[in-house]
Formats: sequence, structure tokens, C-alpha cells
Amino acid sequence: MTDFTPLASLIGGMMIGLSAVLLMLWEGRIAGISGIAGRLLPPYRDRAFLSRFGFVIGLVVAPFVMMALTGHAAEQTVSSNLPLMAAAGLFVGFGAIWGNGCTSGHGVCGLSRLSARSFVATGVFMATGFITVFLVRHVIGD
Amino acid sequence: MSFLVNLALGLLFGLGLVISGMSNPAKVLNFLDLFGTWDPSLAFVMGGAMLVAFIGYRLVLTRQKPIAADRFHLPAKSDIDLHILAGPAIFGIGWGLGGFCPGPALTALGLPAAGTAAFIPAMFIGMWAARLMSENLPRTSST
Repeated sequence: MTDFTPLASLIGGMMIGLSAVLLMLWEGRIAGISGIAGRLLPPYRDRAFLSRFGFVIGLVVAPFVMMALTGHAAEQTVSSNLPLMAAAGLFVGFGAIWGNGCTSGHGVCGLSRLSARSFVATGVFMATGFITVFLVRHVIGD
Repeated sequence: MSFLVNLALGLLFGLGLVISGMSNPAKVLNFLDLFGTWDPSLAFVMGGAMLVAFIGYRLVLTRQKPIAADRFHLPAKSDIDLHILAGPAIFGIGWGLGGFCPGPALTALGLPAAGTAAFIPAMFIGMWAARLMSENLPRTSST
């Protein structure tokens, strides 16, 4: 079980949205994490490596800044099934780049731009996510 | 300068992920578990982010150009091809298996968890493979 946290989730979500808007204002790019992270690897098609690297460092240090500001550690429970997590990582990484975006690029930025491709992408990954959890927890699980 | 701005925006994004609970795979998996221990919190993350981005993008895009670039780089593709179906389908399976998508996984990078240590290198290998394949193979659509 995890607690239902509508207010914290709404505020956190608004911070994510604000970051996406400010990135568009600053350098005119979509705040798609898979696009930003995926282009840290070669081949390099533009000169935005340092910017992308900065954004990723910001993500990585966020839980430590949170701890320093509030004294609360980020709550996190990760599966310790390593083959499962490695497979999950491969699928997430491959699928995000193959589909030109992930939860942030399609789910937040794309839907906000009313992009038809992003509506399709978000519908598809929500559906396969629901189905996967259903199969793992309720069909295979018990 | 652009590095520092991006660092600050990545931090804002990451704090949003942590505060919202999105960085916790257990919460993501419960959001996806409609017929079990369903936790609808993440619908509020999506709602909050879209509310701000929907209004904010409209304000920002009235400008001629961004502050630090010559033009806005908006995705121009609008066709529904195999990529936009197969990619998200594969992504969703991985998301449902591990409870991580790329942003939350990166916020977890510095926190001690064996599952994260298995997920992140695999994610980058997957990203790299998809980039090399999609840049070398002819696309299914004419772009």
C-alpha cells in the first residue's frame, strides 16, 4: 500500500510543469527526459550536450536537496529482483527513444501541446503499463 | 550559463518528481494496479503538470523566439506510424515491470538501491540501441 497524496502530488506535478514551461522559454526545447538523457550518448548531432548534462545533474541531486531543505528523505521502494529491473530498464530506454518520448515528453509536454501523436503514445503506454502490472500482480503473482 | 539554467530546471523537475511521489516505484506500480492496491495520486501529478504546461506553453509560444536560442524546437511530426505505437507499447511494459520511467530513475541514481543500479545501465543501453537503430534503418514513414 502507498498513501493517497493528492495535494503533494498536485504541487509536485505543478513544479514539473513549471520546469517544462521555463525550459521552453529559455531555449525552446521540450522537457522530455528520455530525449535529454538519451542524447548524452554519442553520436552528437548538436552542441547542447552541456545543457542536457546540467538538466540530468539537477535530477540526480534533487533528493539530496530535498533532504537538506526539509530533513525528509525521499521515500522510495525499488524491487530487488535484478534481472526484472534490468529487463525493465532495457524496455523503458528502448521504448522511450523508439517512440520519441516518455512520460514527460509525451505525457506532460505533448498532451499540453495537444499533439495527436502524444495522445496515442500516452494511451498506449498507460494501457501496456496497466496490463503488465495486472499480469504480474494478479495473474502470475498469485 | 545555459548549463546553470538547465541545472536549476532539472533540479525543479526532480524536486517535483520527489515531492509528488512519482520518484517512488512502489507508488507508480500502485497507480498502475487498477484492480489491486490502486493509488490514484499520480493522476494528480499529471493533472498539475499539464495544467501549468498547457497555460505556460501558450504564453511562452506567443514570443518570437526563446531567450537563449534562435527558434523554438517543436516536434513537427504528426503522422501515426509504427514507431508511435510500438515504442510506447514497449516502454509501458518496462514501466509496469519496474515502476521507473526515465526521470524518476535518474532522481534515484544517487540513492542506494540494487534495483536502480540494475535499471539505469540497462535503460541507457536500451536508449542507445534504439537511437542507433532508428538512425540507421529506413523509417517506416517518409520524414
